[in-house]
Amino acid sequence: MDEQQIFQEMVGILKPYVKDPALLEGVTKDTHILDDLKVNSARLVDVIIKCEDAFDIEIDDDDADQIRTIGNAVDVIKTKLQ
Amino acid sequence: MKRRVVITGMGVVAPNAHGLDNFEQALREGRSGIRFFPRLEELKFGCQIGGAPEGVEELLPDYFGEEERLSMNQNIGYVSVSAVDAWRDAGFDLPGDEDSADWETGAILGCGIGGMDTIAEKVVPMVNEGKTRRMGSAIVEQVMNSGTSARVGGLLGLGNQVTSNSSACSTGTEAIVDALWRIRTGQATRMLAGGSEGPSPHIWAGFDSMRVIARKFNDQPEKGSRPMSASANGFVPGAGAAVLILEELEAARVRGARIYAEILGGTVNCGGQRGGGSMTAPNPEGVQRCIRGALADAGIMPDEVDAVNGHLTATFADPSEVWNWSKALGRGPDTFPHINSTKSMVGHCLGAAGAIEGVAVALQLHKGFLHPSVNCEDVHPEIAVFTEKIPREVMEYPELKVIAKASFGFGDVNSCLIFKKWEEA
Repeated sequence: MDEQQIFQEMVGILKPYVKDPALLEGVTKDTHILDDLKVNSARLVDVIIKCEDAFDIEIDDDDADQIRTIGNAVDVIKTKLQ
Repeated sequence: MKRRVVITGMGVVAPNAHGLDNFEQALREGRSGIRFFPRLEELKFGCQIGGAPEGVEELLPDYFGEEERLSMNQNIGYVSVSAVDAWRDAGFDLPGDEDSADWETGAILGCGIGGMDTIAEKVVPMVNEGKTRRMGSAIVEQVMNSGTSARVGGLLGLGNQVTSNSSACSTGTEAIVDALWRIRTGQATRMLAGGSEGPSPHIWAGFDSMRVIARKFNDQPEKGSRPMSASANGFVPGAGAAVLILEELEAARVRGARIYAEILGGTVNCGGQRGGGSMTAPNPEGVQRCIRGALADAGIMPDEVDAVNGHLTATFADPSEVWNWSKALGRGPDTFPHINSTKSMVGHCLGAAGAIEGVAVALQLHKGFLHPSVNCEDVHPEIAVFTEKIPREVMEYPELKVIAKASFGFGDVNSCLIFKKWEEA
């Protein structure tokens, strides 16, 4: 899976948790999940579980704590897929 | 001067209908919402029939966004749809995220058993398999006792008391009594009141194990719920929700609200599991005191009650209930009011029962009819003298003014409400 595919998959995973769909237009690797997309911080664990299932990987709590932007998530997933 | 409380909006998700028009039609037709559940047969239940609302899953995307739906088990789904329906029915729009909370409006929305389905299907297996970290963020809000009211509080931006009461089969009726008092004492202008229950086998299992639910009509589900009949064989478990919007009268008038009925009064009590009462059977003195207490609180005389909507679950307790009403009202068979049981069509919806039945009462008053109490062609011999007071077909009743409604729950807990048709003076 190349980086672009992972990025698209990530956006799809985040979509249900982004109340205002307009916020998803023009997202980039630097888009901040909580500040820019306004995802409820309580739901981040659900996003992580969905990533684990979508990519068949395990993301431990320390790795999860590093994820602030979509780019951070893509990097973590890339590392786990290697 | 006593603040008066009226009903200005209602929402219902019942085994036989969703929405007020459908529900009214179902009541008039005597339409049953009881059906056979193959899963109960697989699980070797004695009672394999039940009442569960249909088509709700398909409705949810019209009401709620994906994130909200991810944290809604069926119980919460039913009450959320009912609450939004009631809100709109009362003439309000759903608040936006940017609006401030509505400090004048609260909710008392109870359950009898609660998030048992989530517990059974997710929490227990996943915790026991060491998969706790995979359960996700939405478990607590679905299993906590206040899960239903908490969800509705957020959907509607409620800023007054938001809580879930629980008094077993009395829950829905008690919610209305408590909401009545909150408005009467000036602590709120408006209260959503009601209850809900989910349809999971794990919720119904305990009743099956007690052998108190109907085991003889698995092949004829619609005939299975038989309140007041000689062939009653236990209650039929049900699920669903209903929400009534109670509002202080002057506030309702000022905004030109449509009023369904007034709640004149109500009472809750317990029989102490004494005097013949137990965990599962009522103390007759407690029941009669509750009914009389409700009449006194409403300021009406017993002979002003035109009809009774009973608890009447189709257990062996039905005849005693009818005689308790007779004694409490001081009215023998000749002068007894009409009496019906909504449970004959929807089963016993546990935490939702008093609320679904309360909506039925308000609709009957508003439209001037009494729905049939179905499945009692063979009235129980102990109450044969009351046969003519039990409508078996829909009864047009334009002069209908006052209905007394009661619920009696496990724990020997009782609640009774007096509803009156609204007529602008």
